[in-house]
Amino acid sequence: MFHIFCPYCQEYREEEEFHPSGQAHIERPAEPASVSDEAWGDYLFLRDNPRGIHHEMWVHRLGCRKFFNITRDTASYEILETYRMGEQPSITAASAEVRREQGVQTADGGWQTVGARPENSRLNEETPS
Amino acid sequence: MSEARSEARPEDNGGNAATFDAHPGADAGVTPESPLQWSRVQGRVTEEGGAAEQIRVVERPFLGHLVLRGGAITLDEAVRAELGVSLPGKPLGLVLDAEGSRSVQWVSPDEWLVIVPAGEEFELENRLRARLGDAHFAIVNVGGGQTLLELSGEKARELLMKSVTYDVHEQGLPVGKAVGTVFAKTSVVLRRPSEARFELVVRRSFADYCVRWLLDAGREYGLRVESASP
Repeated sequence: MFHIFCPYCQEYREEEEFHPSGQAHIERPAEPASVSDEAWGDYLFLRDNPRGIHHEMWVHRLGCRKFFNITRDTASYEILETYRMGEQPSITAASAEVRREQGVQTADGGWQTVGARPENSRLNEETPS
Repeated sequence: MSEARSEARPEDNGGNAATFDAHPGADAGVTPESPLQWSRVQGRVTEEGGAAEQIRVVERPFLGHLVLRGGAITLDEAVRAELGVSLPGKPLGLVLDAEGSRSVQWVSPDEWLVIVPAGEEFELENRLRARLGDAHFAIVNVGGGQTLLELSGEKARELLMKSVTYDVHEQGLPVGKAVGTVFAKTSVVLRRPSEARFELVVRRSFADYCVRWLLDAGREYGLRVESASP
């Protein structure tokens, strides 16, 4: 079971309280009427399926019932960060690559998954990249 | 009972919405039934009273439950004026008034649950509406949809440890904290209003299930579920 940090309740909760709701940061076309069928179809149905860093929307359905975003590694299932709606992720596929090269164990903000807590708190600090 | 007292038209309460009293009293010809009515008929819930066991579960039926939604600053002013307590601004906060019978609970960043003694919710809703006027807010009386169970006794914490995924130890759930969480695969609001008590707010449709779960989990402590008469 994951221990997920809810950015609204501001504490870690059991995964059982949450539900995933698909890819995050999908923008609705500003003027749906002038969008081509193909572009509208892409907006409605096509989703990324990356191996590695992925940004997802989750809902704290049995807690505060708010939607928020999670940056997750789809290969290792590691949750790298959670952040509120309307905010931008601090970890992206590009920045994660840099971190891996520098040998940093996990990202700033903390130990989202069991086992990701670093031995040394210095390892958890922001690395200039 | 006159109609004017059990209903309020928009012009009576600030021009926002019509409201009505969900518990108009016995003379209105409606017998109130709490969400535990079926459990009571089935004999799972007994009358309040009797010797205190290691753990005691008492339903507090027909309390006024109001959900307030809107901006914290606007609502805080109105609640402070009408209830005399401030809106808990921090997540998972629970504030009680001096008597301990009225409470305001943080549910989410723009949502609070107010629980007041039976019969007060209709007047309170109207007063809040009048005070809030044209502000952007919503007040919903959810008293018919949920009920409150009070757990006390030395084994109450152990019973909860078997039932919820949340950490109910003193450090996880200190006095003045309230969380929405999983209780036996269903959702409850778990509250800690005082050192000696835990409170569960259960949904109407899951009330009997929760009672059965409590009875089963509390069998080793000789648990009974009690309730005041309707």
